[in-house]
Amino acid sequence: MARRLWITALIVPPLAFVALFVVYPIISAFAYAFFQWHGLARGEFVGFANFYRVLFTQPYADWTVNAFTHNVLVFFALMVLQNGVGFLLAYCLWRELPGAAFHRIAVFLPVVLSTIIVGFLWKLFLHPLFGVVNISLRGTGLGGLAQPWLGQDTTALWALIIANAWHMVGFPTLVFLAGMQRIPGEILDAVRMETESEWVKISKVVWPLVAPSATVVFTLLFVGSFNWFELPYIMAGVDGSPHKATDVLGLYFYRTAFGDQSGSGQDFGAGSALAVLIFLFIAIVAGFITFRLRAREIQI
Amino acid sequence: MKKLVCSTIVALGALATALPAMAQELTFWSWRQEDKAQYEKFIDVFEAKNPGITVKFETFEATNYNTILSTALAGGSGPDLMFARAYGGLENVANAGYLLPLDKTNVPALEKFAPAAVAAETVRSSKITYAVPFASQTMLVIYNKDIFDKNGLKEPETVDDLVKAAEKLKASGVMPFGNGTATAWQNEVMVGGIASTLMGRSFYEDLMAGKADFTDKRYVEALTKLKEITKYFPDGFIGLDYASSQQLFSSGMAGMFVGGSYELANFKKQNPKMNMGIFAMPGLKAGDEKLVAQYFDGGYAVNAKTTKKEAALKFVNFLASQEFGQMFADDLNNISAVPGVNFKDSLLGEVAELNKHSIPYIMLVHFRYGEPSGSVLLQGEIQKLFGGKATPEEVGKNLTTGLAAWYAPFKK
Repeated sequence: MARRLWITALIVPPLAFVALFVVYPIISAFAYAFFQWHGLARGEFVGFANFYRVLFTQPYADWTVNAFTHNVLVFFALMVLQNGVGFLLAYCLWRELPGAAFHRIAVFLPVVLSTIIVGFLWKLFLHPLFGVVNISLRGTGLGGLAQPWLGQDTTALWALIIANAWHMVGFPTLVFLAGMQRIPGEILDAVRMETESEWVKISKVVWPLVAPSATVVFTLLFVGSFNWFELPYIMAGVDGSPHKATDVLGLYFYRTAFGDQSGSGQDFGAGSALAVLIFLFIAIVAGFITFRLRAREIQI
Repeated sequence: MKKLVCSTIVALGALATALPAMAQELTFWSWRQEDKAQYEKFIDVFEAKNPGITVKFETFEATNYNTILSTALAGGSGPDLMFARAYGGLENVANAGYLLPLDKTNVPALEKFAPAAVAAETVRSSKITYAVPFASQTMLVIYNKDIFDKNGLKEPETVDDLVKAAEKLKASGVMPFGNGTATAWQNEVMVGGIASTLMGRSFYEDLMAGKADFTDKRYVEALTKLKEITKYFPDGFIGLDYASSQQLFSSGMAGMFVGGSYELANFKKQNPKMNMGIFAMPGLKAGDEKLVAQYFDGGYAVNAKTTKKEAALKFVNFLASQEFGQMFADDLNNISAVPGVNFKDSLLGEVAELNKHSIPYIMLVHFRYGEPSGSVLLQGEIQKLFGGKATPEEVGKNLTTGLAAWYAPFKK
């Protein structure tokens, strides 16, 4: 009896905490999405009208598609630039190329920086007049390539993607490296007797054996890409400047729900509907990705 | 011992019931973190005259202020007094019933305020005013007098004069303008500061009367000229953010800056030695009316649910008084909305003078009442214009069709 009481006393506080601060907000966001809002005063129940509005009526439909397309692009670009490069870096570190000890720290260092610092740093790098990128280009006779990087719709989103990859590449590197270090030496010895080709080693042995790391890294990147907010907020502003060329779902949701200084105000209904859609999309696809990737993992 | 405890409790209880009558503490929320010291000084003046009322000034970050305030008001824990936004931003809070209506019975001084100022704090449909307007801002051209003098330049009387001055500055190695437009809202500032004169008062009046829309020739030609003038903006200005462009001007690297009157105090702080002048953008001909674009910033509002209504109204009446307006202008270097204020600062006096020939800052004043807001549309379209992705005609057309989603006169 005392034991049971003891267990209850241990379980109830965290359960109450999670219920109050995790479950309740999620459920209330779901509920908000089904009401009309006048500023912050809740109006009448409107069913799926808010969802219909953000998905099928103008100007919301265009904005939603525009932001979503950018998230998709960000996901695939970072898959290559962040996870792909991360894998190669991990392989180089694992093979202990010269300077590996130094690079192991150097690669991971930016991950430790806060996103705010990285955002400001890259804004300075990309400054059209005094930025190190344009100055280096001019200094090496490539002045023609100097661009107002963050002001053009053709380059702004890519500038953000590269800044993000620079910031976070150390994370997949670390996870892949940990995965590689778990590969048993006997397997590697066996491979060495068969072939000297690095490519065969990577594609036939290392890659399949770090599958659990890949599952983690891919899923996190997916969630991160579709929740992307801080870096675009800092570098491009809440409007996704220039003319929504860097708009992503996170910024779009924030503007819609909480309003921005140039907007017409707050719209909790449409904002909550967007939040629910983003949440469902991420939850379902991330679940699917994890399920599919788990299936190809090999137990050693 | 027990007796002592008892009597202490009784005494404390008596004190607690007596306290509200003796001293009332009002909370006053603001988004002006940078003005905290000055407001505390204003509050001291008020407290000295109104013993028994104390005011606690609390500030929040400007970009999150709306969210913080609305959340607090919705949760019933809002302040007694607060800064309220103007126009659409005011309506959001006022329409939810959080603000106390103000009129000549509870704030008599409101009657003497300029109609445009009161309109900024009035809900359009009900015609009820909810806040005492505090300041107006004006979009104009600021210039570095020292640089102008050194190059023998005067305030331009025509667009041609301006172009010649810009050429001369460029030739002597100074950037003519310091402006950049990577920060979205700066694009709207460029239209207000440069294009107001070029589109002209008649266009504004026709627009309001429903006789013209943004495809109007006068508007499109104003944008065409605006685009031409950006030739004198820094290289890669479309990638230059707001803070950097301010630095270019305040450091003396650029001769002119298109911006709001709110920049003056900031530039003075950044570079106290710089001599600044201001002018309204000239027209194509010397006789054209030079116009600046004006809007009202926000106002002071009272929480409808405050338990200290009388004290709060006393404070709001103080904020509407000429005494306060004068301190506001002197200490905060802003154009107070209170009528009859004298501006000690000569530049502020000049701004007040320029305001006599002004049209409203169009998108902010009239087109922030629906989605998409005119400001957001304009900012994006001007970025397209400057980035070479749209012609002035296309901008005019996109603005009109975009706004037609909710602005009745544009619905055809």
